Amino acid sequence: MTADTPVIALEDVSVVFGGKVRALDGVSLHLHRGEIVGLVGESGSGKSTLCRTLMGLGEPTSGTVKIDGEPLGARLARDRLGFRREVQMLLQDAVASLSPRMRVRKLVEEPLHVHRLPLEDGRARIEVLLKRLGLPANAMEKFPHQLSGGQARRVAILRALVLRSQVIVADEPTAGLDVSVQGELLNLMLDLHDEFTLTYLIVSHNLNVIRRITTRSVVMYLGQVVEEASTAALFRTPAHPYTAALLSTNPVVDPAKRRQRIVLRGEIPSPINLPSGCRFHTRCPRAAPRCAQEAPQLRTVGEGQSVRCHFPLTDDLVAA
Amino acid sequence: MTSLIAIRQTFGRILSTLAGAVGTVIIVLVVGAAILAPLIVTHDPDALDILNRFSGPSVAHWLGTDHLGRDLYSRLVFGAQVAMLVALIAITSALVLGTLLGILAATLSTRWERVILIVFDIISSFPSLVLALAVVAVFGPSTALVTVIVAVTLVPHFGRVARAQMLTLRNAPFMEAERLLGTSATRIVLSHVLPNIAGPLVVLASIDIPVVITIEAGLSFIGLGVRPPLASWGTLIYDGYAYLSDSMIPVIVASAALGVATLGFTLFGEALRDAVDPRLDRGGH
Repeated sequence: MTADTPVIALEDVSVVFGGKVRALDGVSLHLHRGEIVGLVGESGSGKSTLCRTLMGLGEPTSGTVKIDGEPLGARLARDRLGFRREVQMLLQDAVASLSPRMRVRKLVEEPLHVHRLPLEDGRARIEVLLKRLGLPANAMEKFPHQLSGGQARRVAILRALVLRSQVIVADEPTAGLDVSVQGELLNLMLDLHDEFTLTYLIVSHNLNVIRRITTRSVVMYLGQVVEEASTAALFRTPAHPYTAALLSTNPVVDPAKRRQRIVLRGEIPSPINLPSGCRFHTRCPRAAPRCAQEAPQLRTVGEGQSVRCHFPLTDDLVAA
Repeated sequence: MTSLIAIRQTFGRILSTLAGAVGTVIIVLVVGAAILAPLIVTHDPDALDILNRFSGPSVAHWLGTDHLGRDLYSRLVFGAQVAMLVALIAITSALVLGTLLGILAATLSTRWERVILIVFDIISSFPSLVLALAVVAVFGPSTALVTVIVAVTLVPHFGRVARAQMLTLRNAPFMEAERLLGTSATRIVLSHVLPNIAGPLVVLASIDIPVVITIEAGLSFIGLGVRPPLASWGTLIYDGYAYLSDSMIPVIVASAALGVATLGFTLFGEALRDAVDPRLDRGGH
C-alpha cells in the first residue's frame, strides 16, 4: 500500500436490483486518507445504495470496492471485524440507530465487547471521549429516547471513535437538528477530523453542510456521478446544469449573492425506465436533441473538476 | 437495573386494577399450593380409606373424601401441582421453540419462511384433542405426552407473534447500526431482538396458561392425560362424575378449583397485557 492508495475506492460500481432497477451505474469514487468528501443528490439518486455497498451490506452487481487497495469481499473474508473497526457509518436517524432498550453506557461499551477490546482501556477512553464530545455526565444512564437528536449523534460518533475508526461515512449528519445544533455538530466533526486524522464521506442534500465541511464534492443523479469537483469550484462554477439547479435552490443569507432560482420540471425519473441518452435531459433547461440520443461521459473541464454533460456551463465561461 | 424497575412498574400497574389484583392473589394461592404441596396437605393423596368414602367435609377431611376414601383437599393440592408443572413446562418449551422459529421465519429466505408458516398452519388447523387422540393411540396416555402435545399446539401462537415482531424490527435502523458495528447474529438476537420482542410474548404466555390448564384437565378427564392414581383436576372431575349419584362434592370442588385458577390466570394475563400496552405512555422509564 502506497501513501496515495485511496482508503476507499469504488471502481465502476453498478448495483442492479432484480435485473431492472439500476440503483448505481458505473460509479467511481476515491476517498484518500484525511479527506472530507461530500456526496450530494436527491432521494433516489443512489446515495444510500452507494453507502450500503461500500459498507459491505450489499454486493455490487459489477465493479469493485477496494479498501486500502484490497477488494472489499476479500477484506471482509479475511478480517471482518478489522474492516468494521476501520470504517464506520453514522445512520441518518441517530436516535433510532441506537438500540432502544439499552442505556447509553451499554451502547458505548458494546463495541468493546463485539470487538473483544480490553475493557479497562476502553472504559477510560469512553470517559475521555464523553467529555471531548461534550456529552453531559448523566448521559450514560439515559435511554436513546431520552436523548436529543444532537446527543444521539454524539453517542453514535462515540461508538465509532471507541473503535478508533479511521473512516466515517455520515448519512445526513445534521438531519432533523436545529440550525444552532447543526453548527456545533459540524464544528465538532471538523475538530475530530483534525484530532484523529479521520476521513469523512458526508452524504447530504443540505448544501450548506457540504459547503461548510467538505473539501471535495460528488454530485449524483439517477445512479450516476454527474459532477465531481473541489467544493469551492463546485459552488463557484458548477459545470452540470443539475448542480446549478441544486445550488440555486439553496437558501443563501446574503441577498446580493442569491442566484436566479432554476426550477426543475417534474420528478426524478424511475431507475427502472431510464431516459435515453443523458439521464437528465428530461428535466434539463439546456437540453438539446443530442442529449436524448447520446449519453455523455464524465470528462474533465477544469482543475480536478469533471462533469457528465455535453454542454457544461463551464463552456459558457470559457466562451465569454 | 432497568429491567427490574420496569418489572416493578408493570406489577404496580397490574395490582392497581381490581381484576389484576384478584388475578394475582389467585395465582399466588395456586402457585403457592403447587410449590408447597407436600407441606400443606393433610393426608397422603393416594391413601385409601374405603370405609370413609364419600364422607362430607369434616375436621379430618377438610373437603371430604372421594369414592375410594382419598382426601379430596390433598388431591386437589397435588392436582394444582400437576396443572402448574404441565403449564410451566409446556409453555416454556413452546415459548422458546416458537420464538426461535418465528425469528428464523422473519430472517431466513422467503422459501424457509413459507415452510415454517405452513408447519404452523398445519399444527393450528389440527384440533389439539384430535392430535392427542392420535398420539395417545400410539404411545398410550401419560403426563409427559400431554405436556408435549400441549407444547406443540402452542408453538404456532408464539411463532406467529415472534415473527410479526421480528418483521417490524428487522429493518429498524438500530439493527442496521449493529450489523455495521460488526455485531454477530447471535449477539444481535440475544441483546437487541429478544429485549424488544419479549413483552408481547410474555403476555401471550400468561394468557395461554389457563388454556393449558383446561387442555390438560380436558385430556385427563377423557382418560388421555394424567393416569390414575396421580391426581389431576381433570381426573378428579372424571372420578367425581362417575359417582355423581353418590356425592356431588368431588365434582363441585374440582371444577371450582379449575374454574377459579383459570379465571385468575386470565385476569392476570389481561391485566399484564394492558400494563405493557405500548399505547399507554410509559413516561420516564
